[in-house]
Amino acid sequence: MNELIDLDAAELARRIHGREVSSVEVTRAHLERIDAVDGPAESGVHAFLHVDAEGALAAAEAADRAIADGTAASALAGVPIALKDNLTTTDMPTTCASRILEGWRPPYDATVVTRLRAAGLVPLGKTNLDEFAMGSSTENSAFGPSRNPWDLTRIPGGSGGGSSSAVAAGEAPLALGSDTGGSIRQPGAVTGTVGVKPTYGTVSRYGLVAFSSSLDQIGPCARSVLDAALLHEVIGGHDRNDQTSVSAPLPPVVEAALAGARGDLAGVRIGVVTEFSGEGYQPGVLAAFTDAVRALGELGAEVVEVSCPSFAYALPAYYLIAPSEASSNLARFDAMRYGLRVGDDGEHASDEVMSLTREAGFGAEVKRRIMIGTHALSAGSYDALYGKAQKARTLIVRDFTAAFETCDVLISPTTPTTAFPIGERADDPLAMYLADLCTIPSNLAGNAALSVPCGRSADDGLPVGLQVMAPALADDRAYRVAAAYEAAQGATTPRIPELRALEASR
Amino acid sequence: MTATVESAPYTVEEVCEHFDPVMGLEVHVELNTATKMFCGCANRFGAEPNTNVCPVCLGLPGSLPRVNGTAVESAIKIGLALNCQVRERSGFARKNYFYPDMPKNFQISQYEDPIVFDGHLDVPLDDGSTWRVEIERAHMEEDTGKSLHIGGATGRIHGADHSLLDYNRSGVPLIEIVTKPIIGAGVRAPEVARAYVTALRDVLRGLGVSDVRMDQGSMRCDANVSLMPKGTSTFGTRTETKNVNSLRSVERAVRYEMGRHAGVLLSGGSIRQETRHFDEQSGTTSPGRPKETFADYRFFPEPDLPPLEPSRDWVETLRAGLPERPWERRARIQTEWGLSDEELRDLVNADALDLVADTVDAGAPPESARSWWVSYLTQQANAAGVTLPELAITPAQVARVVALVAEGTLTNKLARQVVDGVLAGEGEPDDVVAGRGLAVVSDESALTAAVDEALAAQPDIAEKIRAGKTKAAGAIVGAVMKATRGQADAARVQELVLERCR
Repeated sequence: MNELIDLDAAELARRIHGREVSSVEVTRAHLERIDAVDGPAESGVHAFLHVDAEGALAAAEAADRAIADGTAASALAGVPIALKDNLTTTDMPTTCASRILEGWRPPYDATVVTRLRAAGLVPLGKTNLDEFAMGSSTENSAFGPSRNPWDLTRIPGGSGGGSSSAVAAGEAPLALGSDTGGSIRQPGAVTGTVGVKPTYGTVSRYGLVAFSSSLDQIGPCARSVLDAALLHEVIGGHDRNDQTSVSAPLPPVVEAALAGARGDLAGVRIGVVTEFSGEGYQPGVLAAFTDAVRALGELGAEVVEVSCPSFAYALPAYYLIAPSEASSNLARFDAMRYGLRVGDDGEHASDEVMSLTREAGFGAEVKRRIMIGTHALSAGSYDALYGKAQKARTLIVRDFTAAFETCDVLISPTTPTTAFPIGERADDPLAMYLADLCTIPSNLAGNAALSVPCGRSADDGLPVGLQVMAPALADDRAYRVAAAYEAAQGATTPRIPELRALEASR
Repeated sequence: MTATVESAPYTVEEVCEHFDPVMGLEVHVELNTATKMFCGCANRFGAEPNTNVCPVCLGLPGSLPRVNGTAVESAIKIGLALNCQVRERSGFARKNYFYPDMPKNFQISQYEDPIVFDGHLDVPLDDGSTWRVEIERAHMEEDTGKSLHIGGATGRIHGADHSLLDYNRSGVPLIEIVTKPIIGAGVRAPEVARAYVTALRDVLRGLGVSDVRMDQGSMRCDANVSLMPKGTSTFGTRTETKNVNSLRSVERAVRYEMGRHAGVLLSGGSIRQETRHFDEQSGTTSPGRPKETFADYRFFPEPDLPPLEPSRDWVETLRAGLPERPWERRARIQTEWGLSDEELRDLVNADALDLVADTVDAGAPPESARSWWVSYLTQQANAAGVTLPELAITPAQVARVVALVAEGTLTNKLARQVVDGVLAGEGEPDDVVAGRGLAVVSDESALTAAVDEALAAQPDIAEKIRAGKTKAAGAIVGAVMKATRGQADAARVQELVLERCR
């Protein structure tokens, strides 16, 4: 195992910019790691759906030249990154892990991709996800699940399990994800990585294939809080192509991560959400969380209990609002202009071709949500389902507002359990949905939230995540608390699993 | 299979013996903004198929809409011109249905909170009276692409062999203006319908927000018609007639549907709620594709666009900048210029009213300005096969020519040559005068010299004049005019000839 793949993005950047190592060498090390552990799809980590070695090396060479010329575009120039495959890229396919988009080459880059390229980062490839980001395990990918590098029989979380497992396995130091109900944070928690859902509207969604437009948010995946903050500052900020993008300046997240790492949380008031414990929570997860609460107190923070009773409605409200928007967003996949086309044999009319294509191209979970959403928006059900869910959403916003009147941040376990075995919940959608119980409220309210590694669960030795939630546009608070906690934990060993069996099987 | 053409057995007079007609008119107007409603693509009619497109108006995955501020401004102006209220906070909504020429399979529209609502338009009727049409709302939406169905007999989707799609129109900004039910018009219902659409077209043209070309589809009218038995107040079942592509067709379609409804109802039948298709050729309507199931568009708030909150200041600025209503302006102009009804109508029909008004504004007397545009310039336009506004001369240039005539620099004949020069691209009127050397010879000594020269050249005629045969002077005048290439004032030459022979 090349030691380069074990380094944080910040350290890689320091060495690349100090000309101790070239971006090409760093990129090649990660490509070799991908080669060693990612395949085969049936048994490897399977974080990637597409790897562009040639493009990555060309970008790395360009970064090296710029650094040599003293014209490096950013502090992260030359650092490799993996992209969730629901972000549009002109030089790689964008499939959303769906048959219906297999092989589609977008004619434009997502705004975040444009910003990464402009900042000199090196895109390695596109990572796996639950089809159209609908799921909590990547088992809904049409191209097979990704696997958790800490235990290859277990899920790496979802929907962004490709990005989380790539970062956890040392295949990429950084990745981008998208978080609609927890799809960055829950994978971060179960793979022992950092995942951030920025405040809604602070990272442009232009070029993110929409699942649920009012909830979707692009954010960073990394192995350290500082790395996440560095990436956050590259991708964040106003974009005129996204009218839900806010014009307020980006919170100073890098500064906050650096300040937090000094380990002083004096004067910070942290609220523990009492609703997020009890039945359904794995004892080892709760124990790790309790340890974290104690650690935060030792750092000088004042820790109090806070009740957010409306959070109980978050899961049902989410499973009406998100499918409703999805049923409309996914209507465009109709075989007329791009993607899969089934039944175009001169015998079928256009509406029949649409039906046949959607029948063949969408997986079961996507169909389930399209049906739920179509029903929720129907004339006879709208008020009782979609309308009521929006009211619940308002109540959740109020709970947050009240809690943030007394607390600077709120904390909870990121997800009730550690990584569960692949297949365990595949036929039980309700059990699957519970994985997002703690993460969904922040999507509904649009505030900032992240997951930071919180040790191991005593009962299975698997990673646990601590969720830190902050008010909208106060992402820096979450970074500060997370960085302080991370620093107090000290270096965890090992940072990256060896995955020797996979390497040996090559 | 031949289409069964239902006859319309009842005239509107007969219909109104039994029923009161109720109409609702929905007019779609394409705005003439430079770019589309939600992206930066050119909003232009007639380009090569699928050339004015981008990820947004093709609805590609990941693309997001961005509201065109000029379209919002146009919508507010239209609302204000129709005496509507402007909503302080309005929003977009998605209207969901599948159709191949709609790339997202939903249309971004407005639903519960249209940007403007509750207005009215006082519509002038043929007899000089006014009919108030109440406006329910006007809202913004995006147009769809265009399907071209190949291989069928009718050009409609039924029976077509395959279809071609052009997305140039996809995302073009539309305003849909919806009336409240128009009740009580009786036999005048068809006329009111036509007069309303005409007045609306004139208002929109005056605002400059749309080309309002019904023939090109930039203005489209759907006419809802129902009948209620006389003495009742419950609306009957309505039909919605589409494909009404001219002002005259609006009137014909309403008249036909009134007659058809009456025929069905009086023979004991019932009207089916449906969309009907107007046929220009026969003046009849036929059923569109029957909606077997209730269309549920599953409207919900567009999550990609924040609410619109036009500031009060902005709205008031727009209100203050509204132009005079076209018919009010016409009435004012008619009085000011002392025009007969016929003269005014000729001006309007020739599309010359604005041109004449601008010429007057540039300093020309109304009579001269009108005369230039309706006679000589109309002839030139006809000869060139263009409309008057397309002629390569501006009202300011015409006003300058008029001024040159008034100050005696040009005769009417010379003035026409100057106009010809301007039309030929020789520059401003003064440039043409200089370039062609067209100014009237008003230098008395030069004229006198020319007269003397002509008299010397024809001594016998000079002798006749001196003998008192003043009619003979014509020949000398002619010679002088020839010598000055027509640039002398003939009457003055005549005087000079007589003077020199005295």
